[in-house]
Amino acid sequence: LNEAAAQPPADAVLSGLVRDQAARLTAALVRLLGDFALAEDLVQDAVVAALQHWPREGVPDDPAAWLLATARRRAVDHWRRRRRYEEKLALLVREGPPFERAGDVDDRLRLIFTCCHPALGREAQLALTLRAVIGLTTAEIARAFLATEPAIAQRIVRAKRKIVEAGIPYRMPAPDRLDERLNEVLRVVYLMFNEGYLASAGAEPDRRDLAGDAEWLARLLVGLLPGQPEAMGLLALVRLHRARRDARFDAGGGLVLLPAQDRSRWDRAAIAESGRLLVAAMELGQPGPYQVQAAIAACHAEAPSWAETDWRQILLLYDALLRLAPTDVVRLNRAVALSHGIGPAPALVEVERLAPALDGYHLFHATRAELLRRLGRGEEARAANARALALTRNPAERRLLAARLEAPA
Amino acid sequence: MLLLVRSDAAWEALTDEERDYEAIGRWFQQLAERGVLQGGAELQGARTATTVSWDGGRPMLTDGPFMEAKETIGGFGIVEVSDLDAAIEIASTWPARGHKVEIRPIVQH
Repeated sequence: LNEAAAQPPADAVLSGLVRDQAARLTAALVRLLGDFALAEDLVQDAVVAALQHWPREGVPDDPAAWLLATARRRAVDHWRRRRRYEEKLALLVREGPPFERAGDVDDRLRLIFTCCHPALGREAQLALTLRAVIGLTTAEIARAFLATEPAIAQRIVRAKRKIVEAGIPYRMPAPDRLDERLNEVLRVVYLMFNEGYLASAGAEPDRRDLAGDAEWLARLLVGLLPGQPEAMGLLALVRLHRARRDARFDAGGGLVLLPAQDRSRWDRAAIAESGRLLVAAMELGQPGPYQVQAAIAACHAEAPSWAETDWRQILLLYDALLRLAPTDVVRLNRAVALSHGIGPAPALVEVERLAPALDGYHLFHATRAELLRRLGRGEEARAANARALALTRNPAERRLLAARLEAPA
Repeated sequence: MLLLVRSDAAWEALTDEERDYEAIGRWFQQLAERGVLQGGAELQGARTATTVSWDGGRPMLTDGPFMEAKETIGGFGIVEVSDLDAAIEIASTWPARGHKVEIRPIVQH
């Protein structure tokens, strides 16, 4: 490949620019046009056009105005074929750049709450949020989820149809519903982060860094809805994990687990900032699962070394998390903490109890294998590692598990 | 349209008191007073159903519901509200907690 032909601007810069504008533009157009599906289509067209033109022609001085102008041209094309063309078009032209108006802030929130409405299935919420709020193209979403483009396109079309036909409102939830509706949004952000966190492994450079998008969205929520402790907790959680990302993979793209990570490569500034955010969240006095998970991540991030990890504190936090979110995956993670704080034998007892529920989960078998290995039960450990390997498709995890299988028992 | 979904067997095993018709009556009453209620009724069990279908243009009768299922539509309420959230708000207050309430927008012709 010719070096001179390298494409300015970099993909990350490009997608960052789009992300900064997509939600504003979509939100404003939905309000202006009163048509969620159409507004979202117009912005998607503009985004696709931007991704085609900007690498060739350079990023315009005012990317927002460029996107709006493009969306406006598409709107004209659309209404030429429809009645009330003059009226709608006048609205769009008269209003000028809609995102420069006051009240903008609420607009983006309305968009987010609509995309994450509980009447939509989780996958639909996720796909719609990625497109309408983050500004991903259908192709990018498909790559991120290892799905086909038609499948994702259909998911989005169905979701938009449901919004229109079922009458999902484009507005902020009622105050007495805000907590549960915000939880729904945070869940989508959390899934976006989870999806991106492992998949961001170096092996597939063309895959979108969804963990970065999740951080961006969590930050937006904290900014637009101040004083929501779980939103703050989730932002802290995502940042704390991402602060370690440079140390998570070796030069060959292999996964490096926490004990072996080079802690000098962690982003100390991000860790300190997340710690402060978490303290501020906890001072609001409404503990929740994201705050506790962030506190656990903070314990790890602030430990000077693996050996100096405060397992007693982490165990207490897992107990608190179990009270707030009693799931089997939390129980599994607590057992890992138990194995380091107390010992592998009691941890294995806890893990074995989870076998019926977590038999299909690769990290259950990987955890069990590690405990068996530490207890000197090498053959059983190998069998458990083999089960884990059979259950995961992630390339970095597969390499790690395969290496364990090759190691002498 | 709020479709009130129930298991006929479970519903018929209850006494009138257990079904709490008073609460159900109050529910419809309140919606009527708010001016959003357009109609509603409880239906007899699905075993009373007769289904008409067409075989090459000729009506055919079947004894029973169009679909055999454990759960069936046991009643309905029609409310006129501005959006899905308002409908969810109403559906969430349906007194018979053993039921499900399916919300379906009515097509405007």
